[in-house]
Amino acid sequence: MATTARTDRTTVRTSESPRLRPLARARDVWAYREILTNLVRKDLKVKYTQSILGVAWSMLNPILYLAIFSFVFTFVLKSDIPAFPVYLLSGIIAWTMFSGSLTLAVKSVVDNTSLVKKVYFPKEILPLSSVGTSFVDFILQTIVLLIVMIAFAYPFLGLNVLLFPLALVALITFTVAISLFVAALNVRYRDTQHLLANALLVWFWFTPLVYPAGFLQKTLSDVGGINLFPVYMVLNPLADIVFGFQRAFYAEVQPPGAPNPILIDMSIGGLALLQVGVIVGSLLLLWFTWRVFFNRSADFAEEL
Amino acid sequence: MGEPAVQIADVSKAFKIVKEAPTSLKARIMHTRRRADDFWALRDVTYDIRPGTTVGLIGPNGSGKTTLLKIISGILRPTRGTVTTRGRIAALLELGAGFHQELTGRENVYLNASILGLTRKETDKVFDEIVAFAGLEEFIDTKVKFYSSGMFVRLGFSVAVHVDPDVLLIDEVLAVGDEGFQKKCLDRITHFQQEGRTIVFVTHVVDQVLAICTEAMMLVEGRMHVAGSAQEAVDEYRRVLLGDEVAVIESHPTGEVEIMSVQTFATDGRSPLAMAPGDDLTIQVDVRTADSIDDPVVVIRIHDQHEILEYSENTANLGVNLGRFEGKRRFRFTLHALPYTSGEYTLTALVRSRDEQTVYGIKEHQEGFAIPAATDRPAVAYIRTDVDVEDL
Repeated sequence: MATTARTDRTTVRTSESPRLRPLARARDVWAYREILTNLVRKDLKVKYTQSILGVAWSMLNPILYLAIFSFVFTFVLKSDIPAFPVYLLSGIIAWTMFSGSLTLAVKSVVDNTSLVKKVYFPKEILPLSSVGTSFVDFILQTIVLLIVMIAFAYPFLGLNVLLFPLALVALITFTVAISLFVAALNVRYRDTQHLLANALLVWFWFTPLVYPAGFLQKTLSDVGGINLFPVYMVLNPLADIVFGFQRAFYAEVQPPGAPNPILIDMSIGGLALLQVGVIVGSLLLLWFTWRVFFNRSADFAEEL
Repeated sequence: MGEPAVQIADVSKAFKIVKEAPTSLKARIMHTRRRADDFWALRDVTYDIRPGTTVGLIGPNGSGKTTLLKIISGILRPTRGTVTTRGRIAALLELGAGFHQELTGRENVYLNASILGLTRKETDKVFDEIVAFAGLEEFIDTKVKFYSSGMFVRLGFSVAVHVDPDVLLIDEVLAVGDEGFQKKCLDRITHFQQEGRTIVFVTHVVDQVLAICTEAMMLVEGRMHVAGSAQEAVDEYRRVLLGDEVAVIESHPTGEVEIMSVQTFATDGRSPLAMAPGDDLTIQVDVRTADSIDDPVVVIRIHDQHEILEYSENTANLGVNLGRFEGKRRFRFTLHALPYTSGEYTLTALVRSRDEQTVYGIKEHQEGFAIPAATDRPAVAYIRTDVDVEDL
């Protein structure tokens, strides 16, 4: 049998709660990455076996959003967003990645009680696998978006697409940071998961996903003479990420035929900078939530 | 030689017994934190486990054995003290950790192996061995929800023993599977030992400690009660926990008497392995002694296949005084009307002093006799019975 590089390692465990050293810890998590991929594989497999549509379920979800919201906004509310499906999907793929990850992550430690109590491994793996599972869904839904764009003969507007990778990095960093936090919190306080479900519902409507981002910007820019939009952008980083996604795919701030701006009025460079800002902010947030998770995780086996 | 594979230094572990911990955010906000009592599962345990040794960990339920294993493996952290480990550690606290019902045996092997620390490549290499060891070649692509509990456990153990650790921690998982599989597992552990790996082994079965372990420690209420050779620890365990002074004495025969053979005969010359209920049985014990011994007692015992003591008799009880004893002697015990309907039985013979403080010689669990099962007698006991029928 083969011996691995881990053989000569000396591990010292003491009563003191160990300090999180992000690089060393990241190496630990990396060493156990096999569990991560296997857990994601398991999640997907369990989700899709014994279902006739299988993977298509992941694609059905955004299509359903699309059908409902297109109907409501185009016919009932007479929304004036041209190519509404493209607008909706470009934001909603980011949202489902975020909310899907959190919904799985909040229960990830609690649902794997037997594993946590019986096996040693870096517990970060559990919420990370939730993000991983949602990321696979994200890829499938992005494919739906591309199909819809082709179906609508929607033009890909050049440089904007470069915002996509940047916004994606921001999305993943922010999602991981929040996922670690809710997973750790839910171990001690089980109503975190119910609170989260409600918070996500509110968050959904507070983010311009189904209504025009440009409308939000316009409204918040002049609240009794005060420009609250910058405050909003600081308070809701997810919206900043969504702005990036929307610009990357929907591309046109005010498409011909629209009486008002649909997207927020900001240059591509400005949006790119915004994404970088979110990434930096998320990394700081991650540094904090990871520390919380790491310190709490030493006692997970006792608290479950 | 070298540094210890596992160094346990002054390790204590307290669990909080919280009367009413806030388990919801609401409760946390509405009330202040409740008082928690400490329960000390381990107190000041210190022990060095040298590489290549097999250490048995024994003690009554709740003595902290599993807690200590969990601290060594890193699942729990000590409240005080330090544990230092060198090399890769695999803890078998549960078989089939992370097994998922909806996955096939093959998928679960990969999942479980990764949880125990194997990479995909390493698992690929031993995959066939794992399946063969579990004896599940035909079912490996079946979902484990269709497995019997025995198949489940076999696959779990098979993965576990194919992980390639420097230190293997085993928590009573050997008590699973049928006898054939248990033997395979013990063989595998012996193989591990020969490869010079370190094993820490929690068990209740003291015979396993004697058979496998080079040293042992005994925990009582979280404290190290005794640590030393396997025999010393087991003696103490028997003395303190089983109150079985006799078993301790019996495990240290002086060797003054050699029991040459223990044989069984059916009275009519049939094989003792084909006895019938109610048959008579002769047990013949040949004994040799070099020096003379004063007034010994010869004891015979019958154990069933589960090692439960069924019968014990001795020459003193039977009113035979052996007096001064020297040279070779043959004892023939005749047992009348065997009271069993079926089963396999082993024999033990020993020679001891009348005051039971010294055992001169012992021969344990020799092949005895067997009564093949008959379908018309489903119960255990055989009682010779007559029946009369009359009209009323």
